Amino acid sequence: MSHLDIELQQLKTETMKMWSLVNLQLVKGKDSLLKLDKDLAREVILSERRVNAYELKLDRDCENIFALFNPVAVDLRFVLAVLKINNNLERSGDIVEGIAKFVLNVDSNFDTKLLEITRVVEMYAAANNMMETVLEAFDKEDTSLARKVFQQDELLDDINIKANAIIADYIRNHPDNIDATLYLLSIIRKLERVGDQAKNMAEEIIFYIEAKVLKHRSKIEKNKE
Amino acid sequence: MNKLDANNVNVFYGSNKVIKDVSISIKQNTVTAFIGPSGCGKSTFLRLFNRMNDYIDTFKMEGKIEIDGSNIYDKQIRVEELRKQIGMVFQKPNPFPKSIYENVIYGLRIQGIKDKKILDESVEQSLKQAALWDEVKDKLKDSALALSGGQQQRLCIARTLAVQPTVILMDEPASALDPISTAKIEDLIYQLKSKYTIVIVTHNMQQAGRISDKTAFFYMGELVEYDETKTIFTNPKQERTLNYVTGRFG
Ligand SMILES: Nc1ncnc2c1ncn2[C@@H]1O[C@H](COP(=O)(O)OP(=O)(O)OP(=O)(O)O)[C@@H](O)[C@H]1O
Ligand SMILES: [Mg+2]
Repeated sequence: MSHLDIELQQLKTETMKMWSLVNLQLVKGKDSLLKLDKDLAREVILSERRVNAYELKLDRDCENIFALFNPVAVDLRFVLAVLKINNNLERSGDIVEGIAKFVLNVDSNFDTKLLEITRVVEMYAAANNMMETVLEAFDKEDTSLARKVFQQDELLDDINIKANAIIADYIRNHPDNIDATLYLLSIIRKLERVGDQAKNMAEEIIFYIEAKVLKHRSKIEKNKE
Repeated sequence: MNKLDANNVNVFYGSNKVIKDVSISIKQNTVTAFIGPSGCGKSTFLRLFNRMNDYIDTFKMEGKIEIDGSNIYDKQIRVEELRKQIGMVFQKPNPFPKSIYENVIYGLRIQGIKDKKILDESVEQSLKQAALWDEVKDKLKDSALALSGGQQQRLCIARTLAVQPTVILMDEPASALDPISTAKIEDLIYQLKSKYTIVIVTHNMQQAGRISDKTAFFYMGELVEYDETKTIFTNPKQERTLNYVTGRFG
């Protein structure tokens, strides 16, 4: 292995460590939501600092590789991809933190039936699943696996769209619970964005391996590829 | 402890002062790159560590150069012994017009070693370390001059390694080579670091970035900045260094 190969391998390992950390945050965030477990939510919020520290470290690693090794072709695309994936991971971390804060602040009289009828937990599980899929695609450099998330995302879209009507309906019947209900809607929006981050990362993986830019193409085109 | 130390070193060629009060400490098992514009004194400074400048009549030095803490310009130092410890590789590969085998063991022959087993072993080991063995193992008796430039340079490195130095000085060892041979030499340097202390002069800034742990930037005989290579290439402290590494010089 050349020196650059060793550096790139290390960068990949570090990226995967951060990624696993973010995925763990997502899982803990989901569990805390499901059980309205405030201790777990607190843990998520505390660990967010580690995610941020990782982001800075990976940024610096990429900067060093650019400055010291002047990577070209697939190596260049790889470091560019990591730089953007790093950013997506950090944002995903922020989103989980937001969800954990909701759990931490939620009233004890929160109607847990809402979790069920909005399918938010199901949506959350699907988002986590997407993140796992993309991480595996990154690890194995498998673009067909990366492409899977474009389909997986459809479930998130579906739940997201239907949530509007469900929540509007619920508010009409329970006008006393508006705050918590709207907050839940914002969580659904957040999860939608986790899905977007996963898709962005999938696009970056395809970009670096196949040198194809999928960004800004329609979903149908992406799924067809 | 430091492997190499220079303390307040001045060098003159006649009345021309070409190294100005330079101090530097270099740790064992590291790669240090000397960079800077042509004529800034990199080669002169590098050659101080194996007393190669002694051959130049007008050469005069002030200050102290130490290897493993002992002054190599001391009267008792035997220069031949010193050169065994401090190997040097030059810009242009300079194999002797002899076989590949004889080139590698040249230094050992001078030391009077005749045992064929020892010599054979040294040839194989040195060529392997220099990442040349696989390419030449079936033609060790062929002339070294029949090798390509990149192979000749690795042969010269093997010749240097055969006498088991602890320090290797390299003056632009890859500047006459194509990109593939250059990459091979660079990988080699990276691997040799675990056993040797390496100081390399290079005009190729990317090369300094790729292979070195620390970088020293020289300008008109002064050591302007000496730091982690990472720092020199991402955030140098001195404006002159910044201008040089970004190519905005002059
Ligand atoms: N044998 C010599 N006699 C007199 N002056 C010399 C001699 N060798 C070098 N010089 C002068 O000393 C200064 C430093 O030269 P040196 O060869 O060390 O520079 P360098 O940084 O290695 O340059 P380059 O990048 O061109 O190899 C220059 O001004 C040069 O002209
Ligand atoms: Mg020179």
